[in-house]
Amino acid sequence: MQPGLSFEQAPPISVPFRFFLTAPLFGMAAGLLLLWQGPAALASRWTSAALALTHLLAVGFMLQAMCGALLQMLPVAAGANIWQPRRVTQFTHAGLTVGTLLLVAGFLFETAWFFRIAVPFMTVSLGAFALIVLIALFRTPAQGPTIIALRIAVFGLIVTITLGATLASSFGWQLALPLTEITHVHAAWGLGGWSLLLVAGVAYLVVPMFQLTPPYPAWLTRSFSVTLFFLLAAWSITWLPLQRPDGFQVALACAAALLAVVFAAVTLRLQAQRRRKVIEPTLLFWRVAMASLVVAASAVIVQQLNPGTEDYAGTPFLLGVLLMVGVFMPVISGMLYKIMPFLNWMHLQKIGRPGLVVPNMRQMIPEPRMMMQFRLHLAALALLLGAVPLPWLVYPGGVALIASCIWLEWNLVVATRNFARFSRELEERLAQEQAPSS
Amino acid sequence: MSGITSALQHHHKQCDEDFAEAEDAARKGDWATCAANYGKFRTELLAHFGVEEEVLFPAFEQRTGMAGGPTQVMRGEHVQMRDLIKQMDEALAQKNADGFGGAAETLLIMMQQHNMKEENILYPMIDQALGQDGEIQSRVTAGLNA
Repeated sequence: MQPGLSFEQAPPISVPFRFFLTAPLFGMAAGLLLLWQGPAALASRWTSAALALTHLLAVGFMLQAMCGALLQMLPVAAGANIWQPRRVTQFTHAGLTVGTLLLVAGFLFETAWFFRIAVPFMTVSLGAFALIVLIALFRTPAQGPTIIALRIAVFGLIVTITLGATLASSFGWQLALPLTEITHVHAAWGLGGWSLLLVAGVAYLVVPMFQLTPPYPAWLTRSFSVTLFFLLAAWSITWLPLQRPDGFQVALACAAALLAVVFAAVTLRLQAQRRRKVIEPTLLFWRVAMASLVVAASAVIVQQLNPGTEDYAGTPFLLGVLLMVGVFMPVISGMLYKIMPFLNWMHLQKIGRPGLVVPNMRQMIPEPRMMMQFRLHLAALALLLGAVPLPWLVYPGGVALIASCIWLEWNLVVATRNFARFSRELEERLAQEQAPSS
Repeated sequence: MSGITSALQHHHKQCDEDFAEAEDAARKGDWATCAANYGKFRTELLAHFGVEEEVLFPAFEQRTGMAGGPTQVMRGEHVQMRDLIKQMDEALAQKNADGFGGAAETLLIMMQQHNMKEENILYPMIDQALGQDGEIQSRVTAGLNA
């Protein structure tokens, strides 16, 4: 099959938008849970509330937005056509949304039957999504580092889902499994193998594209995803309960974290060399994300080299905030502020005809509103990091997180409503043009 | 890469420079600098479209018999980008910084994703179909430097 190169392959605008409009709602829920728990949220990563919180952000916010963006992006950026795009997206969105609710309910109420429903539900919907995307990525004639990073990322998602389903099954059916070990590996693949590689694959394309920076150096794009994959795989094997070569495990974890630092540092350097001088929200979100990644990955190295820090409950909270609130939520917000206005414009083009002026991207979401959300998110990040030494800061931090997510949601709603309004106006103008001649 | 399309790939990058200068100047209200850089960018971009539409795409279509395929999609995107150029022309004439910036931002993303599709998919197909056709190569080079 020839690549279409066309947006015709892409699903209707409502399909990706439903993912994007759902994601911030889970972010708000996470903020509310933080307020409800207060400083207890920092007590341990193993409490029901901490697990619910993690999954509200990682699955509810991050995975939701990432799936929507990936489905939209594949035909355009990778020339990869999705089988039955409309059905697949609807099925994935429903599965992911209901699945997240079931999973979080299972953690919060510690009720086995929530997990018993969530496991088949999420495994089927997410598993099908991952397989269909992976097939599309292997069938595309396009090549290059992005395609390789995306293939490994989706493989990482499959590992994450498999281990997650195993863990949830053990809660649902009281299976005796080494939960701690599986959780470590599950989290590493979810954050590193899937999320970070997805961000890297996308970054190779969009960092030069949005800011007109030099391209990523070939030594990085050629080696980053493959090396990270092998480090993660080797590190995962050291968790097998045969024996525990501690030094080797620490070395692998540090090497993987160091690789993440290199990626973030190269991205920051490229952005510093950008030819486009305009400072805009997407650039700021990316810069915060890459700075947070440098700090988070360095913290992982410090933690690995100082075994005692693991016992300090603030460590996992710190890493979780840095990675989810500091790295992935900002990248996603910044990307949504480009993707949604561009899709609006693109779909409006289809309604109009050549020569008919369609509102441009800047008219979809007012820039000051995006900047406001950026500031709120930065405040949430700072306050939640501050909560590690000063636990009461978790209250203003939770409020700021909710405010940032409400603002994001509202900005995305504005984009959606503007699309509807501009479509109507275009149709009216077309009708008026045709009226005199008929 | 030494195929026919390598000159076009290089040309994509060159268009970016003038674009960035023009966008920054418009934001600062420096309309003289904006007009100078935008003028250069506009000429380069239209020359690029011209070479593709008049030389490269017809040769590819003739050689492969694929007339309604990817080249048609690329022509459609050229039309959309020409519309944005027209909006930028008007904004420049009216010294409307918001209008210029908005159309420029849209053109940037449109242009970049268009280049990406050409560089990743269409150009390799064209290089494969046309091989080292010296005549086409010299017409491409001549068109870009015209």
